[in-house]
Amino acid sequence: MSVAAQDTAVSTGRITRAFIYLILLLFALFYLLPLYVMGVNSVKPLSEITGGNMMALPKEWTLDPWRSAWSTAQIGVNPTGLKPYFLTSILMVVPAVAISTMLGAINGYILTKWRFKGDTIIFGLMLFSCFIPFQIVLIPMARVLGMLGMAGSIQGLILVHVVYGLGFSTLYFRNYYAAFPTELVRAAQIDGAGFFRIFWRIMLPVSGPIAVVCVIWQFTNIWNDFLFGASFGGTTQPMTVALNNLVQSSTGVKEYNVHFAAAILAAIPTLIVYIVAGRYFVRGLMAGSVKG
Amino acid sequence: MGFLDIRNVTKSYGAVKVLHSVDIQVEEGEFLVLVGPSGCGKSTLLNMIAGLETISGGEIAIKDRVVNGVHPSKRNIAMVFQSYALYPNMTVGQNITFGLEMHGTPKPERERALAEVAKLLQIDHLLDRKPGQLSGGQRQRVAMGRALVRDPDVFLFDEPLSNLDAKLRVDMRTEIKKLHHKLKRTIVYVTHDQIEALTLSTRIAVMNKGYVQQLGTPKEIYDSPANLFVATFMGSPAMNIITAKLVIEGGRAQAEITDANGKPLRLAFSSGNFTAWEGREILLGIRPEAITDPEGADRNSHNIQPLHNMVTVTEPAGADTFVTMTLSGKDVIARMRADASVQPHQPFDFAVNMEKAVAFDPKTGDRIITA
Ligand SMILES: Nc1ncnc2c1ncn2[C@@H]1O[C@H](COP(=O)(O)OP(=O)(O)OP(=O)(O)O)[C@@H](O)[C@H]1O
Ligand SMILES: [Mg+2]
Repeated sequence: MSVAAQDTAVSTGRITRAFIYLILLLFALFYLLPLYVMGVNSVKPLSEITGGNMMALPKEWTLDPWRSAWSTAQIGVNPTGLKPYFLTSILMVVPAVAISTMLGAINGYILTKWRFKGDTIIFGLMLFSCFIPFQIVLIPMARVLGMLGMAGSIQGLILVHVVYGLGFSTLYFRNYYAAFPTELVRAAQIDGAGFFRIFWRIMLPVSGPIAVVCVIWQFTNIWNDFLFGASFGGTTQPMTVALNNLVQSSTGVKEYNVHFAAAILAAIPTLIVYIVAGRYFVRGLMAGSVKG
Repeated sequence: MGFLDIRNVTKSYGAVKVLHSVDIQVEEGEFLVLVGPSGCGKSTLLNMIAGLETISGGEIAIKDRVVNGVHPSKRNIAMVFQSYALYPNMTVGQNITFGLEMHGTPKPERERALAEVAKLLQIDHLLDRKPGQLSGGQRQRVAMGRALVRDPDVFLFDEPLSNLDAKLRVDMRTEIKKLHHKLKRTIVYVTHDQIEALTLSTRIAVMNKGYVQQLGTPKEIYDSPANLFVATFMGSPAMNIITAKLVIEGGRAQAEITDANGKPLRLAFSSGNFTAWEGREILLGIRPEAITDPEGADRNSHNIQPLHNMVTVTEPAGADTFVTMTLSGKDVIARMRADASVQPHQPFDFAVNMEKAVAFDPKTGDRIITA
């Protein structure tokens, strides 16, 4: 494949290249524009926004909107800023991502290397869960959480997200492990490794790329989720719900600079995950296990 | 009772039977090769010995202990896979000692065993590398090291050389043979390469379509194939099979065939009582190397028969020259010395070593036994 890619790279002329870069640049600008607007307006006093040009750089630089968004802004009835909700989100998203990824890995391992009767049906059902819209499960989920006594708690939210994430994480790992040579598992069996040891020592160490994909996917989805948070969060609401409450509040002046800062705060964790995890998104970990 | 007993073993996948009552006894220190075309069930049988496939019928015993249902790691076997199956995340050293670690061998002992095996296979300098940083031949050695270090009762090899290029394959073949001479361990080795089978084994089981066609020493298999399948599968180029009529003249059985011009000619068998076959059609089997020029004929043979025929093609192949002619309407290949003075499209005086000739029943394909 790399050879083919090189071929096209060589055969495209300079003009074509310049054209492609120009288009890409335009697209990049187009997508970066909102971020720019959010960025500059979050460091202006409110008067500069209401008074004129949204695109202009601030005349007077200030970090007050950020401070306010983080710790003093009025969210609902309390002037707490986003800080407590941010913590709630972290406390929810980290275990939810970890558990759903881990369970997805184990599911994928079983579904490919420890085949049993009916495994394809089970996998099919799990796959099906990827396509169920959130809204459909709201009421049954509320009942289940109620019966478990987990309604309105972080644990409840974690459970909901784990259950909802399992379909995708299983799909990722199953497809990845399907290409993993079964002979390695057999060799490990002969070597005397059991079910979990094979998983820990043989499968997991080479699962880096797919784990990263899965983590990025789950993290983004769970962090950005609004519906489950608003429905099942109760008093422990995640960041997205708080952001909504802040921006939608009908009382007082609309502090756009604070809203922009809050929105960026809400987006930062997913950006960090992309930037950090992307670096580990490397292929080729499988090289050399079997003759290729 | 053998060291490894395969008793009446069958394997079915649902309604499909892929192994039909296989019966093989392997003695301690034997090198048994399972050979046969793709899909004949060699790997399945090997995996059943390893415990990676369940046994549908019959039983397998190692050192008189029936192992049906015993977990692979408890059978005291080691296996080398076709793809080597090296753990990609572990170094060569860790790969080799993983089995010992899983069996709870203490670290100093593991290190000692590793050093010993690494020295034997000359991979000492590779121990800290990952499998991805090794050449095909080196990976092959590591895979063997992983098997050797365990000191098992039986070694199982599933086409261990088929991923190597031609030259390396020959080298590694010799290495494996040397290793067997040195260690005298019991080995079951699967291959579809008949040369590998003949060179390595002390005994060969030739398999086809789930049946063991013949079990015997390389010489038995090569010189006295049990049937047409074994005769044509083992040996390259394959044994010539010529339709012939059996005539008995002066008390001596002769195979009557026709030359390139359709003229009948006769080749007398060395011995054997063919009376039951008199006047009937048989299939005459002659290996290419049993047809030569008169000077190149086997001096120890007591039955060299002349054969005058037209040469169709000559193919010089380095050490040998392959000569094609037509007998009974079919191409027949002779293998001669490189300097045999044979020309294409010319008549030539061949010498046929009929001591090595075999006859088959055209209906069943079985060799005609004429004791
Ligand atoms: N899981 C399975 N279900 C059904 N049939 C199977 C299964 N595994 C193997 N077979 C069949 O069993 C037969 C023997 O397979 P096996 O792998 O032992 O062949 P082989 O002799 O090792 O061939 P090769 O030289 O290609 O490796 C084949 O015909 C194959 O199609
Ligand atoms: Mg096979």
